[in-house]
Amino acid sequence: MSGGAAGTAKALPSSGPKSLREMPHPLATSSSEEMGPALTPSPDLLLPRSIADKDLSLPNGTPVDTSSPASSSSLLNRLQLDDDLDGETRDLFVTVDDPKKHVCTMETYITYRVTTKTTRAEFDLPEYSVRRRYQDFDWLRNKLEESQPTHLIPPLPEKFVVKGVVDRFSEEFVETRRKALDKFLKRITDHPVLSFNEHFNVFLTAKDLNAYKKQGMALLSKMGESVKYVTGGYKLRSRPLEFAAIGEYLDTFSLKLGTIDRIAQRIIKEQLEYLVELREYGPVYSTWGGLEVELAEPLEGVSACIGNCCTALEELSEDMSEDFLPVLREYILYSESMKNVLKKRDQVQAEYEAKLEAVALKKEERPKVPTDVEKCQDRVECFNADLKADMERWQNNKRQDFRQLLMGMADKNIQYYEKVCGTAISLAGIQVVCFSLRWC
Amino acid sequence: MEDCLSKKIEITVSEAEKRTGRNAMNMQETYTAYLIETRAVESQNEGQCSPVDSLWRRYSEFELLRNYLLVTYPHIVVPPLPEKRADFVWHKLSADNMDPDFVERRRIGLENFLLRVASHPVLCQDNIFYSFLTQEGGWKEMVNETGFQLKADSRLKALNATFRVKNPDKRFTELKHYSDELQSVISHLLRVRARVADRLYGVYKVHGNYGRVFSEWSAIEKEMGDGLQSAGHHMDVYAASIDDILEEEEHYADQLKEYLFYAEALRAVCRKHELMQYDLEMAAQDLTSKKQQCEELATGTVRTFSLKGMTSKLFGQETPEQREAKIKVLEEQIQEGEEQLKSKNLEGRDFVKSAWADIERFKEQKNHDLKEALISYAVMQISMCKKGIQVWTNAKECFSKM
Repeated sequence: MSGGAAGTAKALPSSGPKSLREMPHPLATSSSEEMGPALTPSPDLLLPRSIADKDLSLPNGTPVDTSSPASSSSLLNRLQLDDDLDGETRDLFVTVDDPKKHVCTMETYITYRVTTKTTRAEFDLPEYSVRRRYQDFDWLRNKLEESQPTHLIPPLPEKFVVKGVVDRFSEEFVETRRKALDKFLKRITDHPVLSFNEHFNVFLTAKDLNAYKKQGMALLSKMGESVKYVTGGYKLRSRPLEFAAIGEYLDTFSLKLGTIDRIAQRIIKEQLEYLVELREYGPVYSTWGGLEVELAEPLEGVSACIGNCCTALEELSEDMSEDFLPVLREYILYSESMKNVLKKRDQVQAEYEAKLEAVALKKEERPKVPTDVEKCQDRVECFNADLKADMERWQNNKRQDFRQLLMGMADKNIQYYEKVCGTAISLAGIQVVCFSLRWC
Repeated sequence: MEDCLSKKIEITVSEAEKRTGRNAMNMQETYTAYLIETRAVESQNEGQCSPVDSLWRRYSEFELLRNYLLVTYPHIVVPPLPEKRADFVWHKLSADNMDPDFVERRRIGLENFLLRVASHPVLCQDNIFYSFLTQEGGWKEMVNETGFQLKADSRLKALNATFRVKNPDKRFTELKHYSDELQSVISHLLRVRARVADRLYGVYKVHGNYGRVFSEWSAIEKEMGDGLQSAGHHMDVYAASIDDILEEEEHYADQLKEYLFYAEALRAVCRKHELMQYDLEMAAQDLTSKKQQCEELATGTVRTFSLKGMTSKLFGQETPEQREAKIKVLEEQIQEGEEQLKSKNLEGRDFVKSAWADIERFKEQKNHDLKEALISYAVMQISMCKKGIQVWTNAKECFSKM
């Protein structure tokens, strides 16, 4: 975003003496539609001219200043409602891999390698490779939340781990975390606005992130956050239908995911108990085989078959723990942070409505609309636009993610049964040969 | 084998019925009666169906029959009855004797028992057995008239023999150990199997919860809804499939159980051998001591301590006439004893020979049956896996349409 420097945001030019309420909303579509993945953009929207082009205009022809991060980002968002990144147009690739343990005097921690490949002008080099630890990812997420409050920021894997219950340095835990961190960065990479965020850029490129972190703090305190959306103190009378619908959806959604999480955990528990019994069952056949002569081979075969079943079952339970549950939990966290963004939106709208009401009561101010009320309106509009666009994107991604997740779960179960079937078939083979050698 | 009863008549235990009646202590009781049906096996040429004979018997009558066979044919490994009380059950099955599933499995077990006896070359020729199948009234009296209860060896006597026998046939000693270990290992197996069944039941049933939650979730989704809903249905199918799977496994467990009880029958034959051998050893010992006594009396020397010797020393010697009389008695006893010993020896050798023949027959049968059972185990596993693959493949397809 070339217009990153904070200058005074210029006001939207007024269209005349119409009251604000009568001005056409830039994204005017039927207001009572349900929120769903099929949010179609208004046919008036034009596809982008160059992003760097400063002569962007709203569909109704009004020119717009791109220097305000809020308005330009929302515009960009609105202009790119379609799934904008297929293989050919993608120009940024980020991967998280290669976890390494660092042992220092004060602490032990893990770092991950973050590799970036890009053709974007915002990056000085085409390739970067840096090492980051969880703290750094956490910092990035906080910065994104602060600087892009109208957008849905993807979740991070859980920060705190109960020591003694889970081994923070076990291969499984580290791998699960790595996957989640990789997902986190990829989601940001895929986002048309967030991927251009300067903190994200620094995260991917800076050799010494800590120095930047400290500098960032200093800068902030000098300039003050240019976009301060957390107004607080205003109460929204009622959420517009579409956002209320999103809120309700998220409530039910995270509830259902919670139930699925509990069921999956229960299944894993039952499977492990089943495994315990199987581990005792198999060897008894072996013991019996030791007593027999002719039956020794078939009995030993059953024992081996059960042993293979145990191995396959262990793998299934592990896979479910490591691949299935974390993704579920990620989405529950996602829903929580999305609900917070909805609340922030409510705040912004509440502030606008309150100020508008205050203006309406003061008759001297009419017909000129005060700038700060206009700014509020602008904020509301941008927030709503950004949120809607992000919601649609989120719904699409969610659908793909869950399709993949559930198909994966089915796949793992199929593989388990195939393994056991295979071992049972070879057992049957041995048995039948043994039988027919004697009695046929 | 051609003479076997099983080739001549078809035997089935076709029905079970609850009855109430008065027992030996004139108290009201509920019991189950089983219908035994027999039908002569028709040769191919005749092509007519011969009439079915049937009669009702209860479990205690089966027990009576078996006890009779045990006593009358101690050298035979007598087929066992299905268990009296439900043992090795996992939680879903009830341990109640009146439970219809238990009754059904018992019916099958009783039929199996009759078929086993009918196909045994020796047992099938027994009249009492034949009457059991064909004569409703008066059978109990008939059995009791054989006086088999009197011939039965006391448990205490048998235990005593086990501890004190000096030279049992080595093969029987080994067989005894084998049957003990077999009993132990199969018991262990059945206990663990019941726990395994329990756990597997739990795993399958919890999946049923997915059905409900997917359905609820699909209600708030647009494009994902259908896929979720139909996948949920498959989860319900999966959860329900365990009932049939475990029912089949119960049948497998019953096959193993039969051999658990067969191990006891093997043990019984070994015990009989020990008893006979002990008897023989005691008889030989008795004979030896009598001969010695005789010799001492004749020569007047006391080689071993005896109460008789002591008392005669204390209270004076006997008269020559008294001694003569005693010697005569002893000589008669010795002769009897020698004859008895000879016949006991013969009996013993015959027993060992015929018992061992039946044991060999039994071993063949056991190996055959258990190999078949183990094949069926493998087949069951394959079937269960194929069902699982089917369900999850269906679910996967539903998910792919989300």
